[in-house]
Amino acid sequence: MVTLGYTVLILCVLGVVAALLLYFVAQKFKVVEDPRIDAVEKMLPGANCGGCGRTGCRAMAEALVKNADISSLYCPVAGSEGMAQIAEYLGKSAPVREPRVAVVRCAGSCDKRPRTSTFDGATSCAIVGSLFAGETGCSYGCLGFGDCSVACEFGAIHLNPVTRLPEVDEDKCTACGACVKACPRMIIELRRKGIKNRRVYVSCVNKEKGAVARKSCKASCIGCSKCAKVCPFEAISIDCNLAYINAEKCRLCRKCVAECPTGAIVEVNMPPRKVADPATAPATPTPQKADSSAKSNKE
Amino acid sequence: MLKTFPLGGVHPSECKLSRQSAIRYMPVPEVVTIPLAQHIGAPALPIVKKGDRVVVGQLIGRSETFVSSLIHSSVSGVVTTVDMFEGPQGRRQMGVTIKVEGDEWSPEIDRSPEVVRECTLSPSEILKKITEAGIVGMGGATFPTHVKLSIPPGKTAEYLIINGVECEPYLTADHRVMLERGEEVLIGVELLARCLGVRRTYIGVENNKPDAIEHLRKLASKFDNIRVVPLKVQYPQGGEKQLIAAITGREVPSGALPVDVGCVVQNVGTALAVYEAVQKNKPLIDRVVTVTGQGMVSPANFMVRIGTSMREVVEFAGGMPADGAKVVCGGPMMGRAVSNLEAPITKGASGLLIFDRKDALRKPEGSCIKCGKCVEVCPMGLEPYLLNVLSRKHRWEECEAAAAADCIECGSCSYICPANIALLDYIRWGKSEVMKAIRARNKR
Amino acid sequence: MDKLIISPSPHVHGGLSTNRLMGDVLVALLPAFAVSVWVFGVSALLVTAVAVASCVLFEAAIQKWALKRTDTLLPAVLTGVLLAFNLPSNIPLWLVAVGSFVAIAIAKMSFGGLGRNVFNPALVGRVFLLVAYPVQMTSFPEVVDSTTGATPLAMAKGALRSGQSVSDIMPNLDYLQMSLGQMSGSLGEVAAIALLLGGVYMLIRRTITWHIPVAVLGSMAVMTGVMHASHPETYMDPMFHLLSGGAILGAVYMATDYVTSPMTAWGKIIFGVGIGVVTVVIRVWGAYPEGMSFAILLMNACVPLIDKAFRPRRFGKNHHRK
Repeated sequence: MVTLGYTVLILCVLGVVAALLLYFVAQKFKVVEDPRIDAVEKMLPGANCGGCGRTGCRAMAEALVKNADISSLYCPVAGSEGMAQIAEYLGKSAPVREPRVAVVRCAGSCDKRPRTSTFDGATSCAIVGSLFAGETGCSYGCLGFGDCSVACEFGAIHLNPVTRLPEVDEDKCTACGACVKACPRMIIELRRKGIKNRRVYVSCVNKEKGAVARKSCKASCIGCSKCAKVCPFEAISIDCNLAYINAEKCRLCRKCVAECPTGAIVEVNMPPRKVADPATAPATPTPQKADSSAKSNKE
Repeated sequence: MLKTFPLGGVHPSECKLSRQSAIRYMPVPEVVTIPLAQHIGAPALPIVKKGDRVVVGQLIGRSETFVSSLIHSSVSGVVTTVDMFEGPQGRRQMGVTIKVEGDEWSPEIDRSPEVVRECTLSPSEILKKITEAGIVGMGGATFPTHVKLSIPPGKTAEYLIINGVECEPYLTADHRVMLERGEEVLIGVELLARCLGVRRTYIGVENNKPDAIEHLRKLASKFDNIRVVPLKVQYPQGGEKQLIAAITGREVPSGALPVDVGCVVQNVGTALAVYEAVQKNKPLIDRVVTVTGQGMVSPANFMVRIGTSMREVVEFAGGMPADGAKVVCGGPMMGRAVSNLEAPITKGASGLLIFDRKDALRKPEGSCIKCGKCVEVCPMGLEPYLLNVLSRKHRWEECEAAAAADCIECGSCSYICPANIALLDYIRWGKSEVMKAIRARNKR
Repeated sequence: MDKLIISPSPHVHGGLSTNRLMGDVLVALLPAFAVSVWVFGVSALLVTAVAVASCVLFEAAIQKWALKRTDTLLPAVLTGVLLAFNLPSNIPLWLVAVGSFVAIAIAKMSFGGLGRNVFNPALVGRVFLLVAYPVQMTSFPEVVDSTTGATPLAMAKGALRSGQSVSDIMPNLDYLQMSLGQMSGSLGEVAAIALLLGGVYMLIRRTITWHIPVAVLGSMAVMTGVMHASHPETYMDPMFHLLSGGAILGAVYMATDYVTSPMTAWGKIIFGVGIGVVTVVIRVWGAYPEGMSFAILLMNACVPLIDKAFRPRRFGKNHHRK
């Protein structure tokens, strides 16, 4: 009985001593932190995708709280709405950016771009791209091993098994830019989402001369500059045999789309054309999703 | 006990199918495409244009950069294009295409068959001739030879080591050169030694070539300070760092060059090219190429003009086997697969190896059972299993800490892996990312 | 001609495969298996068959439905055989199946399957049975010449505890008989010579390296040797320790399991010495007569640390400048 008493007593004393010790240590080493950081972190999406250019959402929250001017800080996942909420909470002016979306600039599907060799090895675009031009004759186009899809935290980009090209799910894409960084060919671009998600862009990055590009892929930009001539807004520039449409200047008139001889210029989510043009008629049903490659196949 | 390198190594089956085949001269093709970048360093710039007439040995490309190499025409004829062409891996690169007319050689080239040993040139004159001949490392690395021979100030070369190891299975080009052109090789070695001012020269030959060892030993008795060293048959005995360690016992530290331990390594093919350049005024316009493979009718060694298309070489050797599915330029361990057979033979192409479909495809990857075989065989003492995992997870800093940059890409790890894991594929990626980071840091 | 295949180097493979390695171990176990069938009769065959069948079954089922992987099943066969080798031949067969379940489902598949387990599956199965069903696991059948049904280790331990000295025990032991399988024990631990024969086969085939077996047996011999030399009447001699119990089975077949042993030569030696020392400590001072399984499992847990601490020697570290 006495032993039991001693045991209980010693344990109690030990408990009290330890508790006191912990209390004082906690007091001594307390880190004073702005409680708003926690709050802002909660408001952020918590995807830790790095789309803001920071290591994670916590770092972003700290930056948002500490910087007086947050116009340069923007979380693409939260979007303008989310950023507005955060800015309101912090009493700062909200950074506004136009929503953007990842766009795959290659239309070289299997039928347009014949395979010239078969790759057998580690299935990673980075590895294939560092050693070979890829399985097709085009040394600029999509390698088709899905590094972008692996990099995406949001499941917004997937390889289409038929075309072997990645397709972006617009609803899921947050424009964090992970796929842009993962693509060794720099095919993926973040473009403005556009009004009603309508976009026109050149779906090719091949800088070879027209004949060479055409030989390797039927859907390549051959740098003929017909589109640049027809564009009423001077939105199209040609550099190294490759056309590029400046999204800021483009008014979605679609003249270039009709003009392009290879179909390298792609329109997405556009309404049907008013004048039925026999040449482009089959392309008019507007796809609901940004399914550029599949669409260009049908053409 | 034969000498060998201190760590790791594997022993792939040798398959030297063409060892008995004497070097045959391949006829001059109708068209050649001579790439302007056949070496490590800055590509040469073309100094001929469309329509120009050229003769064999005429300079057609040069660069002002030190780490670069000159390019000569390997044929006589008319330049048809100076443009991009599709390289062996499908990438486009600059090249000069020449339509062959006759076989007119530049007058200064001595085409007589007799072997000339006397040489009164000073080291700097030898170096100048080597530079002008556009000689690069012919074992496959294609590092410009004149750069390797220019010892940086403050460093001295004590040993010249000649690489006659040819540890890659299948390849026999160096073996045949040593047997058939042994004397010329040794004169080339002598010239290299004089150029460097080294005290001793070793020729390392793997012990599976006893005929070459014996032949060279007999010849070497006529030369001062040249010793033939038989080496254990073990891959990668011919790796530069491994060869130095095997012969001298010195290990080149991580990130250092062979000259930091007082050694310069040159290939036997390079020694032959040096002989021809210095004694015969012949620039590097042809090389010995082994065309081999289990499906080939008659595996053989050919002297091929630089710029001849791979397809023509394969056809000259009897044509592609019916189920030939993969062509490798170089040996099976480190050679690069070719996707475009129209691409030309370059200065570093030691062989064309043709695989049947069943040998060409890899077996499916299994799970790592941590057997440690890759660690056992790594000649650099790395941990391939670890680098593989780190690379797959893009953990480049940890890759650097695990010394990914030291990997010599010999492929022993992938070769031995019982689970067929593509270790080197990923390690190579990790290495390139680490090198990128190191270069970026050094710039800052 | 068809499209060419391109792939990164190397373009040849040595032909080694997981199945070949596992097959080698199984072949190496054959002589010991033959001895145990000769000693224990058909029950040895039954126990092994049930263990192998249930291990393969659990492995295949979990791979198919839970992990969605298609790894080779030969490692499961090996686990089954090794588990059987660690069981007494008169164990109820349903217990064998329970042990197999623990070995495969809990010790291996719950970690993610082949190559990811921390602990040797067969040993986890054995230790589970030993702790959960101690009676069934420690009552061994009487072997032809043996005086009792107890293993030499249990017998010696009991005798020493009860105050007898080593010289009292020695007359009951015959080392030659022990090395030929004439002793009481689990299926696979009775035939030292046969086990060593298999070990030599694996060394020749380069399935295993010498480091772990030599380190385990060597450290056991040295430790017990020193103890025996200083107190010859209190501690059994090294030969007894090496021949009895699962010393050789553990050192050659269990500790060398690839997945749960270190990668580098020095790591393997440290790992082996650890096993040897812990085994002797348990055998001499612990509650259990045999400590091999516990020692291996304990050192299994240290493997990640050992791999971190004992890196291979890097090339270029020992250069001598003139």
